[in-house]
Amino acid sequence: MDKMPKWADVLLIPLISVVLALLVSGLVVALIGESPVRAMEVMVRGAFGSAYGWGYTLYYATNFIFTGLAVAVAFHARMFNIGGEGQAAIGGLGVAVILLGVAWPHWTIALLAAIAFSALFGAAWAAIPAYLQAKRGSHIVITTIMFNYIAASLLVYLLVNVFRVPGSMAPESGRFAEPAHLPSASDFAGFLGFPASAPLNISFFIALLACVFVWVLIWRTRLGYEIRSFGHSETAAVYAGINPTRIIMISMLISGGLAGMMAINVVMGEAERLVLDFVEGAGFVGIAVALMGRSHPVGVVLAALLFGALYQGGAELQFEMPAISREMVVVIQALVILFTGALDNMVRMPMERLFLALRPRGAVGAEANPVPTSPVEPHEPPKVDPQGSDR
Amino acid sequence: MDFLTILQILDSTVRLATPLLLACLAGLYSERAGVFDIGLEGKILASAFFSAAVAFTSGWVWIGLLAGIGASMVLAALHGVASITFRGNQLISGVAINFLAAGLTVVIAQTWFRQGGRTPALSGDGRFENVVLPGAESTIRGIAQQGPLGQVYSELISGHSILVYIALAIVPLTWWVLYRTRFGLRLRAVGENPAAVDTAGVSVVALRFSAVLIAGVLCGLAGAYLSTALSAGFVRDMSAGRGFIALAALIFAKWRPWYALSACLLFGFFDAVGNRYQNIQLGEIVVPVQFMQALPYILVVIVLAGLVGKAIPPRAGGEPYVKER
Repeated sequence: MDKMPKWADVLLIPLISVVLALLVSGLVVALIGESPVRAMEVMVRGAFGSAYGWGYTLYYATNFIFTGLAVAVAFHARMFNIGGEGQAAIGGLGVAVILLGVAWPHWTIALLAAIAFSALFGAAWAAIPAYLQAKRGSHIVITTIMFNYIAASLLVYLLVNVFRVPGSMAPESGRFAEPAHLPSASDFAGFLGFPASAPLNISFFIALLACVFVWVLIWRTRLGYEIRSFGHSETAAVYAGINPTRIIMISMLISGGLAGMMAINVVMGEAERLVLDFVEGAGFVGIAVALMGRSHPVGVVLAALLFGALYQGGAELQFEMPAISREMVVVIQALVILFTGALDNMVRMPMERLFLALRPRGAVGAEANPVPTSPVEPHEPPKVDPQGSDR
Repeated sequence: MDFLTILQILDSTVRLATPLLLACLAGLYSERAGVFDIGLEGKILASAFFSAAVAFTSGWVWIGLLAGIGASMVLAALHGVASITFRGNQLISGVAINFLAAGLTVVIAQTWFRQGGRTPALSGDGRFENVVLPGAESTIRGIAQQGPLGQVYSELISGHSILVYIALAIVPLTWWVLYRTRFGLRLRAVGENPAAVDTAGVSVVALRFSAVLIAGVLCGLAGAYLSTALSAGFVRDMSAGRGFIALAALIFAKWRPWYALSACLLFGFFDAVGNRYQNIQLGEIVVPVQFMQALPYILVVIVLAGLVGKAIPPRAGGEPYVKER
């Protein structure tokens, strides 16, 4: 049954894939005539070398934890939610509506309201594609892509016609009131040396709480068990009395809600107003993060940290080595998605063969008569298979 | 609104529909063979950059076109290797290709031209000039003095880039290939039931690879059209979601060539109207330009919801084929 030990599946394969992605990225850097080693140095120093760097790295990581968890929860139900971008944008709308509409006395209450509204708006934006998938069999990948574009147009319209400050040309809302501003890292962890300019804020802890929530949900509740069984085999799940419509709806609503919560970090924590294109591709990075993190919250946090470092390091790279464009980060991101997602079998098949060859003789005999010792493995990565969702 | 204004909108409809049509037909080949392709956008972008870059360097747009098609085919081959050879997830592979193109084009453009991720402006033989058909007027004044039929001929039919006519010719060609040739029959079969094709002794892998590579060629044409005919040079992210609109058109067209033409013309028309008028007054209601921009996507969701007709994709779409042992 298990061709590889569990640690190889959850650790070794993602690691090899990321190393491959970085090697190819290094090749690209070398091809444009720059030193990959120096580029790597600059990026690592830029991301982790100072409190300022950490302040940005963790800020980006916060975004990617939210969007990564969003994709991961949907993956568990074998849904590919590619609409994180749009759900996050609409989540930002929710944050702006509640923070501009109500005069909040203190940031703590404002934060709770913002969490509720961002999640609600994000979930609402995922609800229509989810319903169409569950009831009409419309492919969720296509509908969520379409909803990304619809959300973008909607946001432009609302920013220009509704939220724009009278007399201002910029398509952005007015600033939120002072009491609704979240404490930034220099407020609550100034002793660690975070400067006031670093955008890291209290939402980072909300992201970590969201990880705990997802872990408990997926592996410690009946609902999570149903989601995972549905993701593994829909027919078996239906036979066991699980309602597919309910699972698709709930998992997509949670997914959309998590994507929407990204807006707390950016809209409420950093910009302190609703601006155009604030998502900046974080919804798509979530796909890479969930793939690399094998849809497990711990993996998502680690992968989000890696991508946060890439984003911050990439910004530094542009200053220190102007020949390398910032878009190099997008290339690395693409290669990580390619190797950990699409070319997974390219790494997996040789590794499986290797582990089979290394297996001691007795174990091969035991395999013929497997002892049912292992319960449901907690780290089982769901294979994303569009066929499963294409009924 | 006078007759000539209507003609001008229709003229720009044709211009804007052409890249959509080429990309839509690309998707049609790929998806009819059972390989989902959400990487159309990336292939268009890669071709747009390489055709503009090579056309600028060599000074000859046809060499640029070849380079664009080549770049698009490299990405198509990557998609093939990931989704056919290694049986990876076709959607994820498409996402990766889109990002790869978005990143690499800017990185390379910065290295080659140092103009912030764009190519220098093309001129002369470096871009596709508009073809003036025999007997047609090419100046605005000349067209304005013609009768209605002459205006239709000069404004709407004549005066496009050669790629527009090529794209229009590919529609009947695609119909013929799909429905009147042995290759087309097998291609459609491999998208519906690959096991049957395999049993008949025809290689599923070869068929799917050729479909994916044809998609590469067509996306290459679409990208070259964007950067060397519609505009004069490459700017970052110039595909601007056209790959996804093409995907939308493909679903709208229910994976059929002639319907694809109408769907692309319809979406091109939305684009043309949105470009010309910021807001449209319909009696009491003002339709904002953003609504026009979102309209193709909204229409596709409505079609997918089965409210208007029903779009049934090729049955084996998105499913890697594993040969029986």
